Amino acid sequence: MKGFYPIFKRELLAYFRSPVAYVFIIIFLAANAGCTFFLGNFYNSQQASLEIFFLFHPWLYLFLIPAVGMRLWAEERRTGTGELLLTFPVRLTTTVFAKFFAAWLFIGISLLLTFPMILTVNYLGSPDNGPIITGYLGSFLMAGSYLAIASFTSALTKNQVISFILSVNICLVLVLLGWGVLSESLNAIFPVWISDLVSQFSFTTHFDAIRRGVVDLRDLIYFVSIIVIVLMLNVVVLESHKAS
Amino acid sequence: MIRVQALSKNFSNIQAVDQVSFDARRGEVLGFLGPNGAGKSTTMKMLTCFIPPSSGTADICGFSILENPLQARAQIGYLPESAPSYDEMLVGEFLRFVGEVRGYSGKELHRRVSIVIEMTALGDVKDQMIETLSKGFRQRTSLAQALIHDPPVLILDEPTDGLDPNQKHEVRTLIQNMSEERTILISTHILEEVEAVCTRAMIISAGKVVGYGTPDELMSQSIYRNSVTVSVNGANPKKLLEQFDELDFIYSVERVPDRRNGIVTMRLYPKEKESIALPLEKFIFSKKIPIENFNVNRGRLDEVFRELTLNQLTK
Repeated sequence: MKGFYPIFKRELLAYFRSPVAYVFIIIFLAANAGCTFFLGNFYNSQQASLEIFFLFHPWLYLFLIPAVGMRLWAEERRTGTGELLLTFPVRLTTTVFAKFFAAWLFIGISLLLTFPMILTVNYLGSPDNGPIITGYLGSFLMAGSYLAIASFTSALTKNQVISFILSVNICLVLVLLGWGVLSESLNAIFPVWISDLVSQFSFTTHFDAIRRGVVDLRDLIYFVSIIVIVLMLNVVVLESHKAS
Repeated sequence: MIRVQALSKNFSNIQAVDQVSFDARRGEVLGFLGPNGAGKSTTMKMLTCFIPPSSGTADICGFSILENPLQARAQIGYLPESAPSYDEMLVGEFLRFVGEVRGYSGKELHRRVSIVIEMTALGDVKDQMIETLSKGFRQRTSLAQALIHDPPVLILDEPTDGLDPNQKHEVRTLIQNMSEERTILISTHILEEVEAVCTRAMIISAGKVVGYGTPDELMSQSIYRNSVTVSVNGANPKKLLEQFDELDFIYSVERVPDRRNGIVTMRLYPKEKESIALPLEKFIFSKKIPIENFNVNRGRLDEVFRELTLNQLTK
């Protein structure tokens, strides 16, 4: 793990050095509030819980996370700094994970900045804070999975726009696999176990369980393994880019 | 220190580097010369383990780039082409970052950063953002980055590219000062640089080594080797030409255009590229020819370069 910390630190600082970070945080918070209060009719629901707040996260992340991740490798390639970074005596896996964790922590910070939501529901009623905590945990893990995919697509190209579109599409598929409409139409044709199997691959299926307050080890393993597998693919892509 | 054996690289169907082999010892400054796209940078990228070779191998201080790439990299200070660095960082901060990645911390890190800042004269800009630096300072920041771990091997890809003549001179002086303790590999297409800093040079064309030797050895291949250029004030060109042509140690004489008023300039080629300065000087002295300039050519690297690289391409 030699070299992890300095690379991680540089990457994280780089986010806060550019105006993009602040723009992102503002949009992230505004979009969260907008979805919860207007689209989700938070007040009308008359519930002291963050269910509605978390309900929109898979859809919000679809666009917001690829926007954070698209520059991870594409930028290094465009400016040539990748040549410097990848000729340091540091393992490629370490570098990939260091950059990923920096971006993930940045998203985590943005997520934490939604804390007024917790205060709001606690002020308005007496919510069960358990599902709120697990909701945040699940949301953070899910964000990591989106980000790993964005990091992976970022390594595929030096064009950030292409990287963004690719990761949005891959993530969209992973969201839609768990979408009720899809499951129902599959059920009409195939036996139920097929749609169950398909939805097991979806972000939404696993996130829904966690945000309801049920922390099943399998859901955690799902997100962690998505992150690890996709980042290993990221390493392979970088290796093969170097070879050709 | 650097041992390269039959290193090759092909990108799909293009042979970028073809069976390049060489050795470079400590104290040596080896210049890579070649037209753009000849494979200089690709060779350097393989040595720094940025891209793997298609075949062949190399050792850096005994560490194989294939089997021990991390140890091999630890021996190398690398300045990639066009000196990339993180624009949003301050110069000092960037150097600290590189030092930390290379495994230094605390006082040792501080000491090393101070040393390289001093070596590359970056003191005035160390708190400036890299984005705002001029090309010369950027290049030096990148060079400082390569020196932070006091590496036994330095690989510099076009270190003076885009610098003004003063900055070029500074960088060359720096390279010369560092060369005693290290093995330095520099690529360039500036030929004067080879004469100025390199102990040996290698000419690469279309991925192949087409010339190898000390700058003087390479220059000895030039048709201008040991030719003498003589400028005479107020002479009759025809008579002068005949006079020189009669000498038995002269192979041929040609007139060289000279813009100065009333001055005739001739170039005299010796037989077999032998030194003719002494007999020619005696002759001029005895005939009392009023010479303005007397210039012995060591040979022209640009001409050798063109000869070797164009031959290779037409093959």
